[in-house]
Amino acid sequence: MDFTLLFIQTINGLQLGLLLFLVASGLTLVFGILDFVNLAHGSIYMFGAFICASLTFFLGNFLWAVLIALPIVAIIGYLIERTIVQSLYARNHLDHVLGTFGLILVLDTLAHLIWGPAGIAVPLPQWLNGRVEIFEGVVIPTFRLLIIATGSGVALGLLWLVNYTRLGMLIRAGASNRTMVSALGIDIQLLFGLVFALGATLAGLAGMLIAPITEASIGMGGEIIITAFVVIIIGGIGSIKGAFIAAIIVGLIDTLGRSFLDTLFKLVMSIEAAESSAPAISAMLIYILMAAILAFKPQGLFPPKVR
Amino acid sequence: MKKISAIIAATLIAGISMTALQAKEVKVGFVTTLTTGGAVLGKAQKNAVNLAIEHMGGKMGDLDINLIFADDGVKPETGKQATDKLVKQDNVDFVAGYIWSHVLLASRKSVLDAGKFLISANAGPSPIAGKLCHENFFSTSWQNDQTPMAMGEVLNQQGVKSLYIMSPNYAAGKNMVAGVERTFKGKVLGKDFTKWPGQLDFSAELAKAKASGADGLFVFYPGKAGGAFIKQYQQAGMKDVMPLYTVFTVDGISLPKFQAGNLEGVMGSRVTQHWDPTLDNAQNKRFVADYKTKYGNYPAFYAAQAYDSMFLIKSAVEAVGGDLTNMDGMRTAMKSANYESVRGKYTYGNNHMPIQNFYLREVVKDSEGAWTTKIVKTVFENHQDPYAKDCPLK
Repeated sequence: MDFTLLFIQTINGLQLGLLLFLVASGLTLVFGILDFVNLAHGSIYMFGAFICASLTFFLGNFLWAVLIALPIVAIIGYLIERTIVQSLYARNHLDHVLGTFGLILVLDTLAHLIWGPAGIAVPLPQWLNGRVEIFEGVVIPTFRLLIIATGSGVALGLLWLVNYTRLGMLIRAGASNRTMVSALGIDIQLLFGLVFALGATLAGLAGMLIAPITEASIGMGGEIIITAFVVIIIGGIGSIKGAFIAAIIVGLIDTLGRSFLDTLFKLVMSIEAAESSAPAISAMLIYILMAAILAFKPQGLFPPKVR
Repeated sequence: MKKISAIIAATLIAGISMTALQAKEVKVGFVTTLTTGGAVLGKAQKNAVNLAIEHMGGKMGDLDINLIFADDGVKPETGKQATDKLVKQDNVDFVAGYIWSHVLLASRKSVLDAGKFLISANAGPSPIAGKLCHENFFSTSWQNDQTPMAMGEVLNQQGVKSLYIMSPNYAAGKNMVAGVERTFKGKVLGKDFTKWPGQLDFSAELAKAKASGADGLFVFYPGKAGGAFIKQYQQAGMKDVMPLYTVFTVDGISLPKFQAGNLEGVMGSRVTQHWDPTLDNAQNKRFVADYKTKYGNYPAFYAAQAYDSMFLIKSAVEAVGGDLTNMDGMRTAMKSANYESVRGKYTYGNNHMPIQNFYLREVVKDSEGAWTTKIVKTVFENHQDPYAKDCPLK
């Protein structure tokens, strides 16, 4: 096997995994702590991409656009929580799904009205648009390294926030017993609003980071939200650590499957059969993994202890 | 009371459908993509159809045109439902449109079983050209294999010895790959069929392509996947190592976006097509000029084919003097392709797929600095698709 290619693909897988983590961490926070199923999480990811794209053209600089888009997305998330999501907490999960599915349709159409159907390609500054040669033969686009760095940084920051700060303590407490927390004089509504806004910001950041690679487009949320759900189910709903590890596993399995499955299949079957079955199987790999993990650990790999 | 209002309602409905029958009009259903990311292609087609109707003065012969647009959402099941509604509820005379091969394959039976005409303004999947061909089906585009076959020929002429191929994993994607492999004489070093329509990140496949060391990279990524692909191709720095050859990826829809995003990597890249905005004939000049004035950018091939589909229908309606029950007359008229097409004169094969020229086009800047394409040369003259022989029609 070609080890240079294996190394490059591992980095590609890591990058995909970290991007998935940004989306999945927000989803798992909201699902695990607020006990709320948010299908519209992907639409916030899309809004992050579009807002950042518009700001990039307005300000002429991608990094400034990201810095300004982040608080905007946080505010949008907070407003969605106050106006729509809040009234759904008391209902069952099926109502959450129905309500947020409606929200997807509304947000997608809103994006269609504001930005048109065409999608926006986001230009990068020259120094980010190049490539870095890590060592002989291993050349990686600079921007993908930036995604890896940002993703890792956010992951560490989140773990610190949830495990070592007062806000994190309140978040964990709210997850185990929200009535008790509010009885102790904590404004649980404000807390939930903040958690939702945090989740939205993380999803928005993921959208901003993917936009220069693909583009900001209608329906981009629907493409990632299913995978994000797979990640949080594998990782254990509500666990940041689980989401992180599961995201990396899913990213690696997906990328390596796409890269090497056809070569492996060609060893055991005819070239034609391998060419037609490898893409189908590699598209299914993460779901097969999810099914296998659920068979042995129905709660996921790292279910939160308190629940 | 309830009964009375029901009777009144029934009378009203009957009255409306009576007037509809009496009115002299031709009903055309147009199925395209009006939502999701694919809506940008559908919008181009819708614009072109509206422009065609405007150019016709709103009439085909003596008949008014009653046009109904429907959305497929890039999903076969949604497209089929929309088609069923057009055929059963609206009772249209013609169903045209269809950008996506899988949507057309799912919807064709609904139209043809009802005894209506089906006009594809884009998709050209191989079964419809071969075993599933039908006397009431016509195409104003191409069979999927043809455009990549022309590209395979271009690759041979340019001395490309080895090729890496990437394409989405659905009906058209497979036809495109089969097409280029049919004419390309060199060696195919690797092939990737990527998940469709979900996958937009091609890092793994690009790394494989680069590692293969092929002379060239052939891809088919229509719609927004094309923009994503070109960006990543440029970011991976492959322009100097592995020249890009595309079909249906770089077009009038993606070029303005590439220009806005400053993706210089696409400049000079080569594509094959049956049509180009610079083709020199009166119909095309009028179409391109008026489209640019009205909508502000160059029309893409999606628009050109949609525009043609309306004029093909018009030629049929006029040939039978507006007698829409004369199916045989309209069929014969369409079979002769006796209308002004923006691609110039072409003919129909036994399977009702066009026999037409294919050109090599290059991405250039026009006199005002807008990114567009021009024709480099003719690759195939009067080219017929390879599936026509499987079609039992004469």
